Amino acid sequence: MSSLTGTVALVRLALRQGRVRLAVWLYASVGLVVTTAVSFARLYPTIAGRREFATGVADNPAFNALYGHLLAPTSIGAMTMWRIGVNGAALTGLLSVLLVVRYTRAEEETGRLELLGSGVVGRRAPLTAALLVALVANLVIGVLLAAGMIGLGTGVPGSAALGLAFVTTGWLFGAVAAVTAQLTETARAANGLAIGVLGFSVVLRGAGDSGGGLSWLSWLSPAAWPEELHAYAGERWWVLGLPLVATAVLLASAYSLVARRDLGAGLLPVRPGPAQAAPSLRSPLALAWRLQRGVLMGWTVALLLFGAIFGSLAAGIGDLLRSSSQLMDAINRLGGGQRALVDAFIAAVMGILAAGAAAYALQAALRLRTEETDLRAEPLLATAVTRTRWAWSHTVFAMFGSAVILAAGGLAAGVAHGLRTHDATQVLRLLGAALVQLPAVWVVAGIAVALFGMLPRQVVACWGFLVGFLLLGQLGPVLQLSQWVMDLSPFTHVPRVPGGAFTMTPLIGLAAAAAVLTAAGFAGFRRRDAGV
Amino acid sequence: MSAAISVSGLRKSFGRVRALDGLDLSVETGEVHGFLGPNGSGKSTTIRILLGLLRADGGSAEVLGGDPWRDVTSLHRRLAYVPGDVTLWPALTGGEVIDLLGRLRGGLDPARRARLLERFDLDPTRRSRAYSKGNRQKVALIAALASDVELLILDEPTSGLDPLMEAVFRECIAEEREAGRTVLLSSHILAEVEALCDRVSIIRLGRTVDCGTLDDLRHLGRTSITAEVTSPPVGLAELPGVHNFAIDGSRVRLEVDNDRLDMVLPGLVAAGVRSLESRPPTLEELFLRHYRVDPVETATEPAPASR
Repeated sequence: MSSLTGTVALVRLALRQGRVRLAVWLYASVGLVVTTAVSFARLYPTIAGRREFATGVADNPAFNALYGHLLAPTSIGAMTMWRIGVNGAALTGLLSVLLVVRYTRAEEETGRLELLGSGVVGRRAPLTAALLVALVANLVIGVLLAAGMIGLGTGVPGSAALGLAFVTTGWLFGAVAAVTAQLTETARAANGLAIGVLGFSVVLRGAGDSGGGLSWLSWLSPAAWPEELHAYAGERWWVLGLPLVATAVLLASAYSLVARRDLGAGLLPVRPGPAQAAPSLRSPLALAWRLQRGVLMGWTVALLLFGAIFGSLAAGIGDLLRSSSQLMDAINRLGGGQRALVDAFIAAVMGILAAGAAAYALQAALRLRTEETDLRAEPLLATAVTRTRWAWSHTVFAMFGSAVILAAGGLAAGVAHGLRTHDATQVLRLLGAALVQLPAVWVVAGIAVALFGMLPRQVVACWGFLVGFLLLGQLGPVLQLSQWVMDLSPFTHVPRVPGGAFTMTPLIGLAAAAAVLTAAGFAGFRRRDAGV
Repeated sequence: MSAAISVSGLRKSFGRVRALDGLDLSVETGEVHGFLGPNGSGKSTTIRILLGLLRADGGSAEVLGGDPWRDVTSLHRRLAYVPGDVTLWPALTGGEVIDLLGRLRGGLDPARRARLLERFDLDPTRRSRAYSKGNRQKVALIAALASDVELLILDEPTSGLDPLMEAVFRECIAEEREAGRTVLLSSHILAEVEALCDRVSIIRLGRTVDCGTLDDLRHLGRTSITAEVTSPPVGLAELPGVHNFAIDGSRVRLEVDNDRLDMVLPGLVAAGVRSLESRPPTLEELFLRHYRVDPVETATEPAPASR
């Protein structure tokens, strides 16, 4: 067993490095599931209410595609499994992928493993250590979930099945990552490949659950197996065999791959690149496009999907709430009616799109700082490129990349909503509602640029600003904060469209603030030392 | 000849750490100038000021007749820079990086690029993340050497190269000098500096401690003499300028300041010279002499900011 020497030490190292991350993951998973169950129990205390709810969602293909089928209409456990269990298990799979790649390929890529590998560490030890951490972390989550659900009185067998669904899905995708980490040379590619498998599984399950005679697809998708387990609905325990067998097969192949390759190398061939640069690669902007395009495309696709899914849900939002006649009465009394409800929902979706676009804008703007601290800016600034020109090359992506992302999300939502309501005008209406968010996103990006220029060491604080703004939006009304506090967030000033009144003044104000912040950042960068 | 680089009294601090403390540097047009100093002595800081990446706190610096902080674009079209730590964009190939840097500088000569790729034996199709430190350095060197510029600023350009590539590098620099280009070569590989440089500046703790041609510097150094004599020499050890005098049977060893050399010879002749060996100071000895003098001072002064 000499190839496993050092496993224990590596497990301890991984726990030491990742303890905060692991703890957050644990609390978030358990918290999410248990609070969902609690809120269902509170919203639908009666069997009759639950039946009403169930009939509201049963025939909605959008819900089925998004969450799966609600298998036992009167059980709080089954409702929880439907609403959060199926996708929660997939999320556990995602986190397992990130964990395994982090402690295998990422360590190897950065060369840290080389340092360890020259010590007393067997060649299978790093993979074994990563898998042990993933195995135990998933097991703990499963046990806590089952205990929590039993504590809520949802029944022992069902709770155990729900817990096991999370555990086996986590293990399975951890094993997928164990294989992809052997295939590719970079952690990014290993993550991409494994997450691709996961994403494909989720889409496959969605297609299988959306009806139309495709239900057999679900059996091909590991993301559907937690649903097929029928937790709280006459558990089919044998279904657990599927992920367990798949995990075993994947692990066996991962270990046989480890034995066959060199440290640092992958098994997929590394393709040689062009010996000469394309004629277009002749400006800082062209370089920034090369560096930023992947991230931009990723975000665009993500928000496109998000927009399409939630756009298609908007029209049906009333169906979900109609089951709760009290809620409908309340909304009608407010003078909104069905139409206002849908608009409010769309406005909320646009708020989430804006948060996503702002996160992208920060990621794009912070590239300036990483290029600088990694000393890659230096050779560029030693050519005939001015600081302003170089700083623009990445700022352009923060400002206009976020516009592209918002437009993609808004357009997708508009098309989806338009198709469901048979109303083509919705396309432009929702596109507009998305683009209205842009000046607020610019302010967030402007904060990052200003920090980069004037307080470069503190530039990461821009994430704190974004989180603060989002929390203000979420918690402000609940905590009844005074208006001037709310006004600190640029998102407060965005007109609530569709539905609300549209005014141009706040948008101009936001854009001006963003321009001032960006100009201040550029001026600061022109005056300060580069590379410190 | 006019000065390609002239720096006087340059000062720069990072917080409380003083990196440059009145540094002087003068590089004549068309010469290869060695820039010597131990780690942390301020070589890279000086170079970054010359490139307009850092702003000096005091003193003056002029590059190709311009102000390095103000005239960034016009100056940078006329110079090329190879950093000591070359980090590249992992997803770009070496060939792409060479072309990009060359184009941003104002174009590069494709024939020269091809020739340099061959001489440095670099595969331009590999992604930068797969390059070793030496290969990354080759990328930066080829990008710099393939550009048609007046001034090359090289910051420890050979620290990752193997001896074979080091030889190629020396050939290339010799050719650059033939072509009339000016080179500022920061290094602590003394053999390289000795082989390539017309003049050197030695700096220490952010200040220039010595500057001149190698011959000038040698003149100020000491010659080591080993002689076999028939009778013990008399009074040699007491002569001014003689150091480390040692006698072992008929063998005499001593070091003498070069300007006192003629004072020693009569004493040796009187003792009956059977064999005589004299060696001029190596650059290494010159270098070490500047850094060994005052160990107390070295220990108490804060280490200047790293590169």
